[in-house]
Amino acid sequence: MSGISRRKFLKSTVVAGGSAAAAMSSTKSFAMKEFEGYPESMGVLVDLTRCIGCRTCEAACNKEHGLPEPELPFDDFSVFDQVFHEGKQKRRTTEKAYTVVNRYDTKAQGAPVYRKLQCFHCSEPACLTSCFVNAYTKTKEGAVIYNADVCVGCRMCMVACPFSMPAYTYDSALHPQIIKCNFCYDNRLTKGKPPACVEACPQEALTFGHRKTLVKTAHERIRSNPKKYVDHVYGEKEVGGTSWMYLSSVPFDQAGFNTTLQHHPILDNTKSFLGIVPMVLGIWPALFMGFHLLAKGGKGDKESKDKVEVHGE
Amino acid sequence: MKNFIKEGFKPVDSLNDPDDGHQWSLMQKLLLGLSPKEYFQQLRRNPFNWFLFMIFAVGLPVIVYRYINGLGSVMHGSFDYPWGLFLGFGLFCMVPLSASGFLLGTTVELFGQKDYKPILNLALLNGLLGYFFAVVFLLVDLGMPWRLYYPMVISWGTAAVLFLVGWHVATYLTVQVLEVSESFFEWIGWPTAKNYIHKGTIGLTVAGIILSTLHQGALGTLLTYAPGKVHPLWYSAEFMWIFFLCSSIFAGLCMVIAVSTIVKKTMSWRCSGEFLDNLDSITIGLAKGASMALVTYLVIKIVGMTHDNLWAYLTTGWGTWYLLEIGLGVVLPIILFSFAIRNKSVGLIRFTAFLTIFGLLLNRLNTVLISFNWNLYQEWPPLLETIISVTIFFLFVTVYRFILYRLPILYAWQAVPAKELVSVPVPEQADPDPVQPEHQFAKVVTPS
Ligand code: SF4
Ligand code: SF4
Ligand code: SF4
Repeated sequence: MSGISRRKFLKSTVVAGGSAAAAMSSTKSFAMKEFEGYPESMGVLVDLTRCIGCRTCEAACNKEHGLPEPELPFDDFSVFDQVFHEGKQKRRTTEKAYTVVNRYDTKAQGAPVYRKLQCFHCSEPACLTSCFVNAYTKTKEGAVIYNADVCVGCRMCMVACPFSMPAYTYDSALHPQIIKCNFCYDNRLTKGKPPACVEACPQEALTFGHRKTLVKTAHERIRSNPKKYVDHVYGEKEVGGTSWMYLSSVPFDQAGFNTTLQHHPILDNTKSFLGIVPMVLGIWPALFMGFHLLAKGGKGDKESKDKVEVHGE
Repeated sequence: MKNFIKEGFKPVDSLNDPDDGHQWSLMQKLLLGLSPKEYFQQLRRNPFNWFLFMIFAVGLPVIVYRYINGLGSVMHGSFDYPWGLFLGFGLFCMVPLSASGFLLGTTVELFGQKDYKPILNLALLNGLLGYFFAVVFLLVDLGMPWRLYYPMVISWGTAAVLFLVGWHVATYLTVQVLEVSESFFEWIGWPTAKNYIHKGTIGLTVAGIILSTLHQGALGTLLTYAPGKVHPLWYSAEFMWIFFLCSSIFAGLCMVIAVSTIVKKTMSWRCSGEFLDNLDSITIGLAKGASMALVTYLVIKIVGMTHDNLWAYLTTGWGTWYLLEIGLGVVLPIILFSFAIRNKSVGLIRFTAFLTIFGLLLNRLNTVLISFNWNLYQEWPPLLETIISVTIFFLFVTVYRFILYRLPILYAWQAVPAKELVSVPVPEQADPDPVQPEHQFAKVVTPS
């Protein structure tokens, strides 16, 4: 079963659950946008071996999107020493930063590794599939974008995102929203231009291109330099594939990646439950009405006795 | 209140004042038949009211504060822990504890176990209020609560499990309102409406089963979006929905035992003789059901552990915590219940019911909050968030009590003896003459 037909299947299941529950008549209104695969999906290949931790990408993104000025300027490298929650977490994306670069001092090699972090623009995004108002869209260019106009603020997408990328403006009382990298969709991606961060990178650590091509490029780089690279393209398979992929010279878990992620889409995990939805809807009414009739039949004597009593009053 | 009862006062339990036969006015019904002065006198006398007053005096301003300053002002505002107590407790705990409505509805209306009839209304009300307050919690938690209807009307995220939860909770809430409205119509004095609803009982009950099975399970399935974040011991892609569904069964039953215990202790003046006389045997019956569900739950937990091969985790710190949860919340209750049922020790059953509820709370909080991000860092709900959660919980208690005092939940409304209504269909032309309703019932009884 291809990813696309699987999603369609799952979708119709939930729709059945929702619609039957609400006894809604118009099935046509459920005609949903269909995912036609992403042959033209763009992506970015991040080569950690080339990154020098200059934070130019952070600055470029900040400027491109008019984000608030950070507490420490972008040329202050002391941010790499920042840790939070008793050293358990390095810097992460926030409502003020779509992307951050972190330094990892690894055992595997003498020099530290730097990793740029942003939304991975998954092929089957968990944020999208878990959102009950469909606030997310996976565009044909591969970007996963968010629509604040329908968002209710339940933060399910934040729970679901396997990379914990979405941030949220908790402090806004009237219009809080999800904040995350949008692949520079509006001003660049739709015009065929590379994202601001990619364009700004002085090291060509970030390569923009068709995802399909990038996968090939990545494997080629590994093949031509097997000593340098770990033989894995992070994001090729993780959670069903992501548009942003990584190459590294150190084992990925040492560069802060979650290497325990499943290789099929997060959406698949709901399958075993969604499988029972049509069954419950189809079988329960008949089953329980049957029980009811049986129980009534069995209790016939007692009930008629009750009635006699009532009559007698 | 007890003092008034001692003085021979009888709270309103019928449409007409038994002394002079005139109909109670709405105001009199609301004040239970006391004069306003007497009513406030008893309000003031009860120390529990003072306790509630203090909680609200602190909590309500905090809720207002939250709406003015945003969620971040009361929650930790963590991007890694998007959910806190409002959903972790308010949604994930209140909903299973409110499974009572559909469980007893099924037992009484579908399986015809009339022995449980005296407790049915209490179970239905418990379900309704639990769901209602789960929604109240949601309103506090949502970033933009005024968009609550968006998933219904504006934009459909049809692939999302939360979509199913949202729709089901909304529909089920409606079903429960209808179910409980029977008592309300009786109290307010619209027998026609009541009888009209009553005809739909079976349909409502079946709808209740379907919706409950699905959304109790769906709540568990929500967590399958976060594999790796929830600790493996609390996570199972395949079994999550069965765990949640099955535990909601004993949780709902134990909640009825617990609430009826409190009711018996604190407002026996409001309970009918029928309710009080049957409560012990009903409690034993409910305990039997609960222990069956507990055993099933334990078995599928073990099956799940074996399936995902999680035994190695048991030796870790998380494993100890997990074993504590299962030990206190599942294994110990099974032992205590079976002992108590054999010895007909109702007191022990009641204690065990509270223990089981504690176990369920622990399980849900462990899954959604405590073991969440287990390989990241721990985040605890800050003070203001806790205050709001406690306040809403006691709002729930207050509304619960307010309704129990008035509607015929614990007692039978005198005008139309409830027990006759069980299997008695009433024709449309039922005359809502409140003075002698018995007559019509005698008239219209027909075998169904
Ligand atoms: S990384 Fe997270 S936010 Fe970005 S597309 Fe994937 S699931 Fe959505
Ligand atoms: S793609 Fe655009 S939005 Fe995303 S990190 Fe780069 S510059 Fe920022
Ligand atoms: S601009 Fe390029 S080299 Fe500099 S930190 Fe970003 S990715 Fe690395």
